[in-house]
Amino acid sequence: MKIVVPVQLVPDLVEELVVDKSGKALDLDTVRWIISEPDDHAIEQAILMKEKSGGEVIILAPDFEGVDDVLFAAAAKGADRLVKITGDFESGLNAHALARALQPLVKDMNPDLVLTGVQTHNGLDGPIGALLAEYLQMPYIGYVSGVSVQGNKALISKDYPGGLKAEMEVSLPAVLGVSSAESAPRYVPISKIRMVMKTSKVEEQDAGDLDLSGAAVVTRMSPPESAERATMITGKVDDVAAKIVAIIQEQGLL
Amino acid sequence: MSGAAVLDTAPNATAQGLLGDPELWHCIQCGTCSGICPFGYLMDFPPSKMIAALRSETYQKVMAADTVWMCIACSACTTACPTKIPITVNLMSRTKEELLLEGNIPSELQAALENSQRYGNPMGESPRKRTQWIQETDQVPFMGKDTREADILWFVGDYPSFHTGVQPTARAFARLLNALGVNFAILGNDEQSDGDSQRLAGERGLFEMLAEKNARAFGKYTFNMIVTTDPHAYNAFKNAYPELDIRYPAQHYTQFLAERLEQLKPLLKRELQAKVTYHDPCYLGRVNGVYDEPRALLSAIPGITLVEMVHNRSTSLCCGGGGGGMWMDGFQWEKAGVRLSEWRVREAVRAGADILAVACPYEKPRFEDATKTVKGADKLLVKDLSELLADAME
Amino acid sequence: MNQDIFVLVEHLRGQVADITYVALAQAQSLAVETGGKVIAVLFGGNAVELSKNLAADMVLHVESPVLAEYTCDAYASALTGLIKEKSPRAVLMGDTTMGAEVAGVLSARLGMPLISNCVSIKGGKFSAKICGGKMMVEGELPAEPVLVAMVPGGFRVEQGQAAKAPEIKTSPVPDLSGVRVAFKQYVEPEGGDIDITTQKILVGVGRGLQNGDNLELAEELAEALGGAVCASRPVVDQGWLPTTRLVGKSGKAIKPKLYLALGISGAPEHTETITGSEMIIAVNTDPAAPIFDLAKYGAEVDMLDLMPALSEAVRKAKGG
Repeated sequence: MKIVVPVQLVPDLVEELVVDKSGKALDLDTVRWIISEPDDHAIEQAILMKEKSGGEVIILAPDFEGVDDVLFAAAAKGADRLVKITGDFESGLNAHALARALQPLVKDMNPDLVLTGVQTHNGLDGPIGALLAEYLQMPYIGYVSGVSVQGNKALISKDYPGGLKAEMEVSLPAVLGVSSAESAPRYVPISKIRMVMKTSKVEEQDAGDLDLSGAAVVTRMSPPESAERATMITGKVDDVAAKIVAIIQEQGLL
Repeated sequence: MSGAAVLDTAPNATAQGLLGDPELWHCIQCGTCSGICPFGYLMDFPPSKMIAALRSETYQKVMAADTVWMCIACSACTTACPTKIPITVNLMSRTKEELLLEGNIPSELQAALENSQRYGNPMGESPRKRTQWIQETDQVPFMGKDTREADILWFVGDYPSFHTGVQPTARAFARLLNALGVNFAILGNDEQSDGDSQRLAGERGLFEMLAEKNARAFGKYTFNMIVTTDPHAYNAFKNAYPELDIRYPAQHYTQFLAERLEQLKPLLKRELQAKVTYHDPCYLGRVNGVYDEPRALLSAIPGITLVEMVHNRSTSLCCGGGGGGMWMDGFQWEKAGVRLSEWRVREAVRAGADILAVACPYEKPRFEDATKTVKGADKLLVKDLSELLADAME
Repeated sequence: MNQDIFVLVEHLRGQVADITYVALAQAQSLAVETGGKVIAVLFGGNAVELSKNLAADMVLHVESPVLAEYTCDAYASALTGLIKEKSPRAVLMGDTTMGAEVAGVLSARLGMPLISNCVSIKGGKFSAKICGGKMMVEGELPAEPVLVAMVPGGFRVEQGQAAKAPEIKTSPVPDLSGVRVAFKQYVEPEGGDIDITTQKILVGVGRGLQNGDNLELAEELAEALGGAVCASRPVVDQGWLPTTRLVGKSGKAIKPKLYLALGISGAPEHTETITGSEMIIAVNTDPAAPIFDLAKYGAEVDMLDLMPALSEAVRKAKGG
């Protein structure tokens, strides 16, 4: 069983997001990068499957600040190969471009399964897993929270809202968008990471020229208008209730 | 076949490691540690039974139980042990270390450790916001930005820096330092968690990483002594950093102020007509023997009547925040259904106190929370000693 | 390319997803601009029942055993055929557990640009919400046929609902022999408690609840809203709700679309775990409660008075 796990780093929302001078993108000097949460689950799912039935886990990640930490942490959990994808990402990277860059690399690895996070919070052009699946001519299932492999098929548990799940069978190889691993991503003690840093090697692969087509062009980026303090709703209880209902309706939640 | 094979497994490797510790062999199985442990009654293996399991080569049972995570590293066991075994560090934290290496830790603790790793503070706040507690009037110089040299390096600590309920402690101490004309500076956003509670929660590697980062920051500047508003940081600098060859003279702020009491006294003009009881923090009192200085400071405030709780000085009851307890409230609540902070607040009420004075940043939010649920505690004020002193200045 | 707008109807176990109505409302507004028709694309299911209140000019229904239950593979295949045949101006769906992946596959397959996280399209411009709602982006709607995955916020559900059922046209079954995914069965949520971390709407109750009997009022409100009740620590400590419902440092971090914080003062232990909420409405009798610093809207009334009134108002609004 060979499992390839492409992961991405996204802006850490713990830090305040700042728009750059162009007014169209985040100011990268202020961004702290962190592994996209569903990608962390994809790594965990791959490691769980390896621990259960053996195999090889390969992690791929584009070269953003902090990528080595992400790769070494995955190795400390049990990943076998670490691949850093290099390229000019500062001037713009989107899901389409990354999926196209990943396609030949993943194809060469000849995986049985590709696991990746179901979404990234900063994506504007769809989930990378679905795009990659199509470029690889493989089937795709997203919002996966369970995988069990039987021969050349896998039984997948797909999440729907409200806790409902659907069981689906997919022929392998396939790409799965993981929303949550069968158990939460484990803790890696620093001592293990430090050990791995001495023994693991990070391979590098060049992304080549990026083809960004497939995404819409952003002409303006701005934080949503927000009041420093709550806008107070006044009036008698019934008025307050009516106004709250109107607000909820505006949000499309009723 | 089992003998050799079983010895290769991790639990027994731990046992082997611990058995090699001669101090544990001095145990006389009196059970004092298990009796004095505030959570001993609900641990599957309280300290004395852990040692018994070691000797009977059944330590894997200890490793399979999760109740060692009830240990809040309060050091009550270590202090009471008649044969002076360093139970807290050598037995409890070592066992936590092994469980952690196996990835077997409560998820709440995992989050705090991951945050410490990533942001340098357990609460997961942006490190760029570490100095946001400082207001314009506070006059707090930064190492690097304002100066490279100061008499005192003030190590503020995670909770006084980030926790809105504890930030008044930091602001009060800044006022005191300025009033005393102390030449001081802080590290600003370069300060990292001291790492002591992470160490006692079993994450030694993380402690070392944080200590190295702090040492790099210390090394950039010239100062004579570190003064800290956090007893856990004080314990780290005094007892744990030297093991990593990071050596700086350090004081808790109560020691620092007590040494300047004659200079401070004339400044304390405003009367406080109140009965005040003082809670000895584990890592100031029991672990480091600082009992008198905080009481001397309190007594210097005009109008104050000092009353003692049933448990005081070396028998002080832990607030429940040490050894990672600060980050395992949910886990411990599910196991215990009680909070140690509530026991303590009940004692303060029984002592007839109007104010519960504290000197550790873990305590204020925990005790304040407890005053909301303990009967008769709704009027009890929880104040850091620095706040009481600053309030007493005009 | 013609000027029609396709909307993929997402349905699960006989229920049309709310986001489909939101997408229909968007499609209606877009169709006015382009001069085309709104065509709802419905795969499988009971066509008459599912389309009865879709605000569309027409429903294209495709029936096949392979489309009886949703799979991305089958939906994408069926939609590929329809898009190639009818070449619509835009294809709208929800940025959901279904729509997000169908849009992704189609974008790669057909070379159509994809706008996900889309809140609205107006006057040739799209706006989208990214980074957990912390950033808004805008841009020109691409000139070529485009795929759009919608999130709520720009339109209300009832704007996509019609009183009169649209005409249903049955479309021939495309070749679905290449579908590589098979639906097996649904698995009901396990017994035990709901997971508050995945709820879209949460009603949080705090000390203002005063006693456990009042919990019924909160449950009633949550039910009306289609959400769940969670609580701050005092409520859980009193045993009025299980620990699984605890929001806070010692409980769970939540990220609902709407968090209604009732009688919660806003201590850091609680607030540091609610910042992922897209909108917070706080109700507290104390005007100085710190929760008002985090909330978008606030009201200074007693939660015990508000809960029944709000439940009633919500039911009315839903009942039409």
